[in-house]
Amino acid sequence: MFGYEFYVDPSRCIGCQSCVSACAECGTHRGVSMIHLDFIDRPNTIATAPMVCMHCEDPTCAQVCPADAIKKGEDGIVRTALKPRCIGCSNCVLACPFGVPNVFAEMELMMKCDMCYDRTSIGKRPMCATVCPSQALMYVPAEQAAQKRRERASNEFHFGGQVVRTKVHYMLPASEPVMSVDVADAIWEGEE
Amino acid sequence: MSQQKECPKQRLWSEEFSVRSGESSFVERRQFTRFLTLTSFAMFAGQLWLVAKNLLSRRQAAFPALVVNGADGLAVGSAKVFQYPTPQDNCLLVRVGEQKFVAYSQKCTHLSCAVLYSAKHNRLECPCHEGYFSIEDGRVLQGPPPRPLPRVELERRGSELVAIGMTTGEES
Ligand code: SF4
Ligand code: SF4
Ligand code: FES
Repeated sequence: MFGYEFYVDPSRCIGCQSCVSACAECGTHRGVSMIHLDFIDRPNTIATAPMVCMHCEDPTCAQVCPADAIKKGEDGIVRTALKPRCIGCSNCVLACPFGVPNVFAEMELMMKCDMCYDRTSIGKRPMCATVCPSQALMYVPAEQAAQKRRERASNEFHFGGQVVRTKVHYMLPASEPVMSVDVADAIWEGEE
Repeated sequence: MSQQKECPKQRLWSEEFSVRSGESSFVERRQFTRFLTLTSFAMFAGQLWLVAKNLLSRRQAAFPALVVNGADGLAVGSAKVFQYPTPQDNCLLVRVGEQKFVAYSQKCTHLSCAVLYSAKHNRLECPCHEGYFSIEDGRVLQGPPPRPLPRVELERRGSELVAIGMTTGEES
């Protein structure tokens, strides 16, 4: 669908697992859900956040793949690893700054969210976006997203020194233009 | 944000193994043409090398003169093996007449089996695939051998029979 963009707004997620079920129904990866639904700081909060592949402009997963198994199509969508090539080394799992790829050891294959390119290419919305009741996952034209939400959609992320631009947008508070993550901040350094 | 830096300049491998599927099929085509060009160049070079090798080896083919022992003891219509030009090369000496000897390499030009003299048919016969050679000049009479048998040139020097050289027939 031309002009349609994918938006992820974790602040709207209610943890209902609809997206997880919807994703698992898809015919291309039957029964296995590709979406991550993360519980954040479980002991202290009920907050959850969905994570889909962000479809980076310069995908780190593909850059580190020793088998040249991860390809990005003309549509800008980064595909699941090519089955004949993937050796299941998990480099991509470790390298993806968003923690998206999953390696299935029994299949020796990395599989990940491919934004339902089979559906989006024929004018349908991705499975998860069709079912999300709170529209934490939303697939709409850019103007509509800007009009309906007070958050700002961003597709630039800074991970320490690495700048990552993505196809999928992330909703951020209007006060924060880009999301900056310093990995060192998240490293546990023992009890305070 | 002063330490922000763009991704480093794309390296050769990332061009060759592009992440974008469109480009990577492009590269495959390019690699294919490169492969074609390089292989045909290699073939061409190989041909040149063969030609050069052939020319050189032909020039240095100087044969020793070697006495063939036991020629006089040979009955007319029988054959005997001797070694020429090196001790590894078996040749067949055939007495075809009282004063007439012929000699050929014993190595069949097909797959190198040892040819034998058949007195009954007065020809050289290879038992492996029934390649027959003429006793006159070594030409192929029948069977798979592609070339005549190399002929050993003989010369009478007094009482001795001397092998003085070899001639290879052309492919027929
Ligand atoms: S978000 Fe992760 S898996 Fe998706 S394209 Fe970027 S690096 Fe690859
Ligand atoms: S697990 Fe597969 S797709 Fe991921 S880096 Fe290794 S070979 Fe590439
Ligand atoms: S080897 Fe002599 S005919 Fe085949």
